[in-house]
Amino acid sequence: MEFIIITLIKLGVVMAVFMTTLAYLQWVERKVIAHIQLRMGPSRVGPHGLLQPLADVLKLITKEGVVPPHVNKLYYLLAPFVAVTFALLAISVIPFGDEVEIAGYRTWLQLTDINVGVLFILAASSMGVYGIALAGWASNNKYSLLGGLRSSAQMISYELPFTLAVASPLLLVNTLSLREIVRAQEGFLFGFLPNWTIFQGPFPQIIAFVVFLIAVFAETNRIPFDLPEAETELVAGFHTEYSSMKFAAFFMAEYANMVTAASLVTILFLGGWHPPLPREWGSDFIAPLIFLGGAAICFYHGLNPARRLDRYTLPVAGLVFAGIGGVFAFPAWKDALLPVFWFCAKTGLILFLFIWVRGTLPRFRFDQLMGFAWKFLFPVAMANLLLTSLLVALT
Amino acid sequence: MPESYTELYFPILLQAGVAVVLAAALVLLSYLIGKRVRNEVKDLPYECGITPTGSARERFSVRFYLVGMLFILFDIEAIFLYPWAVIYRELKLFAFVEMLIFIVLILAGYFYIWKKGALDWSQKPANER
Repeated sequence: MEFIIITLIKLGVVMAVFMTTLAYLQWVERKVIAHIQLRMGPSRVGPHGLLQPLADVLKLITKEGVVPPHVNKLYYLLAPFVAVTFALLAISVIPFGDEVEIAGYRTWLQLTDINVGVLFILAASSMGVYGIALAGWASNNKYSLLGGLRSSAQMISYELPFTLAVASPLLLVNTLSLREIVRAQEGFLFGFLPNWTIFQGPFPQIIAFVVFLIAVFAETNRIPFDLPEAETELVAGFHTEYSSMKFAAFFMAEYANMVTAASLVTILFLGGWHPPLPREWGSDFIAPLIFLGGAAICFYHGLNPARRLDRYTLPVAGLVFAGIGGVFAFPAWKDALLPVFWFCAKTGLILFLFIWVRGTLPRFRFDQLMGFAWKFLFPVAMANLLLTSLLVALT
Repeated sequence: MPESYTELYFPILLQAGVAVVLAAALVLLSYLIGKRVRNEVKDLPYECGITPTGSARERFSVRFYLVGMLFILFDIEAIFLYPWAVIYRELKLFAFVEMLIFIVLILAGYFYIWKKGALDWSQKPANER
């Protein structure tokens, strides 16, 4: 009974945080891209456009849900359903932090830790291709068909370097459980270099890290690999015929896949919830200092407002920041929250990289895209795997 | 701490339930709330405002099938690497040599399809040239 209650609480918290992240990732992306292009981005709905995700959801819900007569109705409706279901499923094995004690009950900061966690995530994320292929075919539209075909070809091609790049760090940690993978990356080499798999001996997995990152960009259909929805040639690709919430469903699935992929990068290569600096070097103080620094910036700009509303909104934001920073003063809370902080910080950085790349790089041509996966990434990932296994066998 | 398999997989079942409900809500919500107005032009497939010609159910490039087949071959090979990687430190050089033989065989096939031009997306296949 206790177990079920704890599980339900964890599920509620994880889903609430996850859905908010998805909604605000959209806002962050629009804001960052806008600033890269010297624009303001969303700024009308709420202070700094912070209520924009809410407005978008309300707008999309009240839009007409067109189901055109030329589509194959069952598969047309099934496609966004499949895409969202499997995108949300993968989050259940991601570990956010270490073991904690809540009201005398020890539990993992993770929904569950199955001993085939890596395979589970691979399975759930590769089911996502069905959503896109079905959407492209069922829409009975030329753009959709081309988008769906391109997308499935691209996703299965990049699946190969993706799986090979995951296999190489597994040689170092020798487990498929995501929690154990993070555990195996604890500690520091030479007293300062974190023992993450991208630094770990006998062969640091930097090549696998880069290959994995590139493959993840392609798997989530992001620029520079967003051929399936290349708007200049395919209108919107596989979701051309989708409107209102069904359209939003595809976006939600894409962002959910992005978050899962970013956390997978963090877990496999960047040491999960482990801090990048030894404790003796004061890594415990980084988190509260960042939040208190944020609070100080907010208070300063609140006292010298650039816009009239800033006088009220920024001090409130500053109080929130200071409150979060203050939580780290309690030792019991600090031990539970620091791992979560590091996990979120690393995942956030990877997500920022996704957005940054989108704001910077142009799109590939389709033959370049396929050639890159098969003729470059696959041999590189394979060579890295063989080299890693040889060096591990010799040590 | 969960001990049995039931306790380990129960949260996944719950999460699947939540995901299914959420996804179904997303698909059905606009159907229930949004208003519906239909007209002839709206029912056409979207082709940038031009009246669509022909059907979208046309034949497409055989290369997509080719990629699908190659993917299945190589992905099965990649999945074999996972259990191998997990017990690798126990078997060491023995596992390395065994896997090396397997991978060399796979790579022979890989270089064969490369030479045959199956990986060149922009060129015609060898038998059509």
